[in-house]
Amino acid sequence: MIVRPKHQRLVLVILAVLALIGAVLLAMWGLKDRAAYFVTPSDIAAGKTTPDKAMRLGGMVVKGSLRRDPDGLTVRFTVSDLKAETPVVFRGITPDLFKEGNGVVAEGRLQPDGLFVADNILAKHDERYMPPQMANEAPAQ
Amino acid sequence: MIAEAGLAALWLAAALAALQLALACGLGGEQGKSIRAVRAVAVTQGLVTLIAFAALVELFLRSDMSVLLVAENSHSQKPWLYKFAGTWGNHEGSMLLWVTVLALAGAIVALFERRLDHKTLGASLGAQALLALGFFAFLLIASNPFERLDPAPLDGRGLNPLLQDPGLAFHPPTLYLGYVGLSVAFSLAVGGLIRGNVGPAIARAMRPWILAAWVLLTLGITAGSYWAYYELGWGGWWFWDPVENASLMPWLAATALLHSVNVLAARGGLRAWTMMLALVAFSMSMIGTFLVRSGILTSVHSFAVDPLRGTFILALLALYIGAALALFGLRIAHVKEGAPFEIVSREGGLVANNLLLSVILGIVFVGTLYPLVAEALSGDKLSVGPPYFNSVASPLALVLAALMLVGPQLKWRRDAKPVLPRVAPGLLVAAAVLIATVLLAPNIGLLPRFGLAIGAALLPASLLPLIGRSLRRTPLAIWGMVLAHTGVAVAILGMASDSAFTQEKLTAVRPGERVAVGPWLVEFRDVLPIAGPNWTALEAELRASRGSGVTVLNPQSRYFAEPPTTTNEAAIDTSWNGQLYAVLGEPTDQGGWQLRLWWKPFVTLIWLGGFLIACGGALALAGRVFRRRPQGFYRTGPFV
Repeated sequence: MIVRPKHQRLVLVILAVLALIGAVLLAMWGLKDRAAYFVTPSDIAAGKTTPDKAMRLGGMVVKGSLRRDPDGLTVRFTVSDLKAETPVVFRGITPDLFKEGNGVVAEGRLQPDGLFVADNILAKHDERYMPPQMANEAPAQ
Repeated sequence: MIAEAGLAALWLAAALAALQLALACGLGGEQGKSIRAVRAVAVTQGLVTLIAFAALVELFLRSDMSVLLVAENSHSQKPWLYKFAGTWGNHEGSMLLWVTVLALAGAIVALFERRLDHKTLGASLGAQALLALGFFAFLLIASNPFERLDPAPLDGRGLNPLLQDPGLAFHPPTLYLGYVGLSVAFSLAVGGLIRGNVGPAIARAMRPWILAAWVLLTLGITAGSYWAYYELGWGGWWFWDPVENASLMPWLAATALLHSVNVLAARGGLRAWTMMLALVAFSMSMIGTFLVRSGILTSVHSFAVDPLRGTFILALLALYIGAALALFGLRIAHVKEGAPFEIVSREGGLVANNLLLSVILGIVFVGTLYPLVAEALSGDKLSVGPPYFNSVASPLALVLAALMLVGPQLKWRRDAKPVLPRVAPGLLVAAAVLIATVLLAPNIGLLPRFGLAIGAALLPASLLPLIGRSLRRTPLAIWGMVLAHTGVAVAILGMASDSAFTQEKLTAVRPGERVAVGPWLVEFRDVLPIAGPNWTALEAELRASRGSGVTVLNPQSRYFAEPPTTTNEAAIDTSWNGQLYAVLGEPTDQGGWQLRLWWKPFVTLIWLGGFLIACGGALALAGRVFRRRPQGFYRTGPFV
């Protein structure tokens, strides 16, 4: 098939525009149910979240709430944003900066009974890190 | 004193950049005379910027705690290497490194670019000076690296222990050289557009810079991936973290540009398209810098949050990218049509390559920026992670890889012969592997299965362009392409094998107990305390056996006093067919320890492939730089 020289640039431009539109459409389709929303214990308490959808829970690990199961691998703790609290369970090796009183972001799903099952605890390798909501509210404290 | 000298050098360099820009703007009329001045100023600007950077390095080496930046990021008890690398392990230092590379790149163009006509070169050096000027202003106004601290503290706060790793010491400079190397392609495209000179000459001037930047980006991304793999202790090699994407986006654009610039250099085709890609590639570098340096992300890599800096870089970005796109829109009508070609031809294949790479780039771009835009518009906080990128971008990457079975074998301009016989070998291998994996490993996912098939098919297919050539007379650029494409095949095989066949064990073990993972039987022997130069650690002794082979692994949990931090040091045993990966967790209440083990068959191919890709690029670069020097190159030195 021969594309006449005169039209070649036009064809290329159309292809490029189609590619761009295609990329955006694909991206939008992909984002629709694969973006994990960042939630706080208050959001959960207010019923703004859907159970069984991937999300990120951010807050502080409540002092004195950290418990380990007898299997030596499962940890249970409570995440708080100073207004509400959410119980979290995680099986695995916790990251280095995970401590009581520190900020934490847990990736996982909320069970219908209100327990947050984390399959990942994000390491925030910065001692200055705070979950964004907390940082916003910190000056008001 | 050194700090003041460094700051003075920075101001001087900024003034020189302004002078360079002014001279380049006045270059319109008579050519040849003032280009010398522009060249001389560009070289001086590069050297003066280098002096400023050297001053900062010296301050870090001396541990001069009266300098704020040193006090906040270094410590006198740190090993020498990390004092040195600490120079760029922080915001201000890394931006100074960035602008140093930018100025030096301009200086090298000024010194060595002999083939381009003076008007275009002058306009390009002007564009490079304008870029440098913005980033000088950013340093001087919003991120002065030489700020003093009074009174000086007794000692510094130390470098983040995660960053105290020999591999990471040279990771940022490698990436920065790649990011900023693309600035030359950007400036040349701007120069070419301004002067209406878009053709093979400008493509040939760009090509070594694109190749060099691309090689360094490839190396930087590969090394960064391996660093994340062994240092973070999560067993993964790519997390689709925004900071990783920040380096991937310029790489994708540079990969597309690398292919299209050849069409322009060799055939005079794809003119407007190549210029656009050159503008996009460096724009992606700037966006990457903005993402990483503005603190807009709260990811594992982000260091601090400072709105002034973010706004400043964002304004620079908008200015440069907007101006470049506007220039493109205004001038593109003056660019001649490229040489025509048919759909089934090498050019056609490269257009398909470019379109797919652009779509992948668009998907990564949207996925990376969507959380920021969504938060700005609606206040919703969300994250986009592996589920999105893996399911949307990865299949397209495999389609692109499948296209590599055909593309390199097509002829330029038009290819009338049937294509099928040439791709038959690859298709047969792919079909054989597909059938084999369905029979032997029915449970693996669709993506890894096709990854294995396409990777295996691409391995022999990458070598096909050599058939029918005299190997001795084959240009280095062809060898480079063959090697790089083989590297892609190797990397895909590694990725597919890792996601298809990895086995994981998470347990709590007591000394003397054994754990089986993959072909290995791992005995947990003991945990003992040990000490390093600036850390103490608990070290586990694992004895792993497979058949008659025995190996010892020592994963550690390290404690650093300055700043107080604990890190996990994974232990990795590499054998020809994979890696055994061990991470020590915390002690359990029952006198045992948490232990996480992975057996990852052929995972090393991922980084071997990345390395081969970079080697291919380096080979092609050597072929371009050492072949066909312009006449009289050695006689006419700089400024003549």
